[in-house]
Formats: sequence, C-alpha cells, structure tokens
Amino acid sequence: MMTHQPGPFARISAGVVALYLLLPISIIIPVSMTDQRFLSLPKEALSLQHYATVLTSPEWLASIWQSFLIAIAATAIAVIAGTLCAIGCWRLSRRSTDLIRALMLLPIIIPSIVYAIGLYRYFAGLDLLDRFMGVALAHGVTGIPYVVITVSTALAAFDPRLEQAARGMGASLMQTLRWVILPRITPGILSGGIFAFIHSWDELVIVLFIASRDVFTLPRRIWDGINENLDPAMAAVAVLLVVFTTGLLLLDLMLRRRRAE
Amino acid sequence: MIRRQDAGWWLLILPAFLLMTAFYVAPIAQVLAISFTEPTPGLGNYERLFTSDSVQRVIITTLRICLITTALSLLLGYVLSYRIALSSPSAQRWWILAVLVPLWISVLVRAFAWVTLLRRQGLVNETLMATGVITEPLALVWNEFGIIVGMVHYMVPYAVLPMLASMREIDPRLLAAARGLGASRFTIFGRIFLPLSLPGLLAAGLLVFIFSLGFYITPALLGGGRTLMVAEWIGLQILDLLRWGLGTMMATMLVVAILTTLAVFARVVDLRRIFGGGA
Repeated sequence: MMTHQPGPFARISAGVVALYLLLPISIIIPVSMTDQRFLSLPKEALSLQHYATVLTSPEWLASIWQSFLIAIAATAIAVIAGTLCAIGCWRLSRRSTDLIRALMLLPIIIPSIVYAIGLYRYFAGLDLLDRFMGVALAHGVTGIPYVVITVSTALAAFDPRLEQAARGMGASLMQTLRWVILPRITPGILSGGIFAFIHSWDELVIVLFIASRDVFTLPRRIWDGINENLDPAMAAVAVLLVVFTTGLLLLDLMLRRRRAE
Repeated sequence: MIRRQDAGWWLLILPAFLLMTAFYVAPIAQVLAISFTEPTPGLGNYERLFTSDSVQRVIITTLRICLITTALSLLLGYVLSYRIALSSPSAQRWWILAVLVPLWISVLVRAFAWVTLLRRQGLVNETLMATGVITEPLALVWNEFGIIVGMVHYMVPYAVLPMLASMREIDPRLLAAARGLGASRFTIFGRIFLPLSLPGLLAAGLLVFIFSLGFYITPALLGGGRTLMVAEWIGLQILDLLRWGLGTMMATMLVVAILTTLAVFARVVDLRRIFGGGA
C-alpha cells in the first residue's frame, strides 16, 4: 500500500518554517566568533576572544555559579514535592485529587508577571527579597508542574496491581514506594528534574522582581546586557547557554529512549 | 472523609500542597486583594477600565498582538506539523528535535538573536543595504513588527505539539484509500485531513493565545518600551510608578481573562491534551 506523501508546496513551506525556527538561533554562533569589537559577522578571521572575555570575567562566572546553585536547590524542591504529590494523586485518583493536580498546574497557566508582583510584596514581609532562599523557593514551587506532568505520565504506564500486590504481601507504604513504585518511574522523575532545572536556570521575570543586588542570576545579567551594551560577549554567553540546554535535552531524550526499551 | 488506609497517600500530597498554598496561591491571592484595597478600598481601580485611555490602549494593543501572533503561529505550526505527520518515523525524530530545541532554548537568547538580526545596523539591514535592495535601514525591531516576529518564533513550537499529537491519530489508511479512489491531494487535505486535525488546531490556538496574553520578556526586549503589552505595563506600574492598585487590577484582569478563556474552551477542547495530566 502506498503511503500518502506531502506535496511539493507542503515540503517547501515546512522547510521555510523550520529555517525561521532554527536560523536566528544558529546565527549567534558566527556572531560570537567575530574578530570585531562590535556585534557583527566575522570579517577576517574567527576569534574566541569573546568566549575568553566571558569565561574570565568574575561577574559572569559569579552569575553562572549562582544560577547553577539556585537551579539545583529549586530542582530538589520541585522533584521531591512534585513526585510525592503525583504518586499520591495517582493512587487515590478521585475528584479531589484531580483538583489538586489542576492546582499544581497553575504556575504554567498563570503568567509569571502576576506571580512576580505578588511575590515582591509577599517576600518583603518575610524578609526573603534578594535572598538565595527566596529565589530557590519561588523557582522550586513554579517547577513543581513540570515534575507532576512527567511523573504522572510515567505512572500512567505503571500497573497498579503491582502496588496492591506489594501491600497485600505486607509491605509498608514506605517499602512499597522505595522498592516497587520509585524504581519503575525513575526515568519520569529524572525527566521532570531536567525540565524543572531548565525552568529555574532560564527564569527571569520572577528574578527581576524579587532579587536586585546580592542575587544576580545569569538571565538577569543577560537581560541587563541586552538592554545596555550589545557586545559580542553576549553572543558568546548565548551560545554557551544553547549548548548547555541542548545537552540537557539530549540527556532527556536518551532517558526516554531507555524507558521505551 | 479520609479512610484510614488512605491517610499515608494523602500525606504524600501534603508537602506539595503546603508549598503551593503558602508560596504560590497566597502571593497571588494578595494581588487580587490589593486591587480592591489600594489606594482606597472599593472598585476605583476597576473604574479605570472604562475611563482611562492608557488602560484601554494597552488592552487593545495586547489583544491585537495576541490575535495576530496566534493566527500566524497556527499557520506556520500547521504547515510544519503536516509535514512532520506525513514523514517516515526516522525523519520524524529529526523534525521533532528541530521543534523541541527552540522550545527549550532560553527566551532571552532568542530575543537577543532577533535583536542581532533586525536592528538598524543588524545583519538583515546590512545585507539588504549591501546588495542595494534598500538605501535606508528598515525599522524591523523595537516596534510592533519586532514583537510579533519574536513572539511567533517563540510560539510556533507550542502550536506544533498539540497539532502534531492530533494529526498522528489520523489513520494513514484513510489518506491512502482516498488516493486510491482518485481524490486529488487538495481534496484529501480539505475533506479528510483538515477536518480530522481540527481538535489539535483548536487546542494549539487556545494554548498559544493564553501564553501570549501574559508574555513579558520578548515584548519588552523587542518592543523597545514604545509598544506596551499588558505584562510590561503591569511591571511598569509596580516598579517605576509604584501604582500598586492599578498594576494589581490589571494583573487580576489578566488572570480572569485567561481562566475565562480556558473555561469557555474546556467544553470543546480536551485540556488534558494540552497540559499532559497523564490520566
């Protein structure tokens, strides 16, 4: 039987759309290696000077390190709370847990600007403004939905009778969790962790409102850079970020493939 | 009523529930509350919706940009999903990577790339001037055009995912059968493929529209402060003008608009398809 193939018009226009998606992102690679001192394509030779500028700048390195630590703390909060919640909702599975799961999705539905201004006021009262703990908490809470989604998806493929069998043979809830449920859904948890990490690592809107001097994350420094001085060092940072994110995504892809096997 | 053997499972939900209530719902509830209490208690802030030109202007600008963005993202996303859905499984993997990588790349990096390309001394203007197509640089960014280019670029992957999911459910034998019976490519698309992919199109439209409504970073960087969308306007009220009442009123309206849109479309769109849910 012959399969239906896309026509020439569909092929060409899809190619154009793919270029629109990918070209602007790839253009920053040659720009980051320019030999000029301003944002441009390389004129005479390729140069890594702008990478050197970034990787030897104490400001950029401090922001990268700070963003990394915040993302780790936020991921820990999101993964622990999100995984346990998804398991509880899956096992109880009733109207009230459907509502709880909907509540957990709010951070992807409600725009971050609304949360950010609310948090600005709320954290002022708790003395959490411009604190590591404050940003980590905010990123952790808003990262929960990603974990809940991936873990729930992993649980959907899990046979609930395994859990009942374990309990029936006298395993405690903790033992069932540790030895029966968690090993089965580890890829889902890791996937959720990766997304929660990228979420925190890239997050800017909340940081703009609840942090100012002591906490100055990488996205915050890029934001200032785009608004104030557009220099090729920004392109170098952008490329480093793209490489890092793509690496994490490939890791996720590998995990998914292993889960599929 | 909590049955005794269920108590342990409820306990698992508790940490996330407490975190979410104390550090997510409470700050947002406070936003809603402030909109009714500052500067004076009452509905004064909401009156501005009907009396203030600047409030009305920002709402209209936002709606216009969001509708254009949604329409363009759906069009481009549809073309892409159509191509992906009809590819071989191995080619599909590459196409999907081409969609997923932009989806997860920092929105800042993408806005920066667009500024590099579109500004007055940017690569597009330089190339066009060097080849003699134009003599004066075109204003491609720091206006509404720039915002839309950047927002559509951000939204296309979000449009593709639900559309592709629904296109993959279309039985390929239907298309092959229609072809075997002599239908033209155009007829197959119009009479079979398009109607069957409508649920995905609708879900994608809903998703892109509600994401666009509250978008902050791309419009702020590519709009250059002249074209204000609602999110940037709210930020301005709070950080620069310290008008908490107005800012929180608009934030409340934004949430109401999004939840209303979701509630209306929940009747025709399977929301679980959009937000996973995994049930």
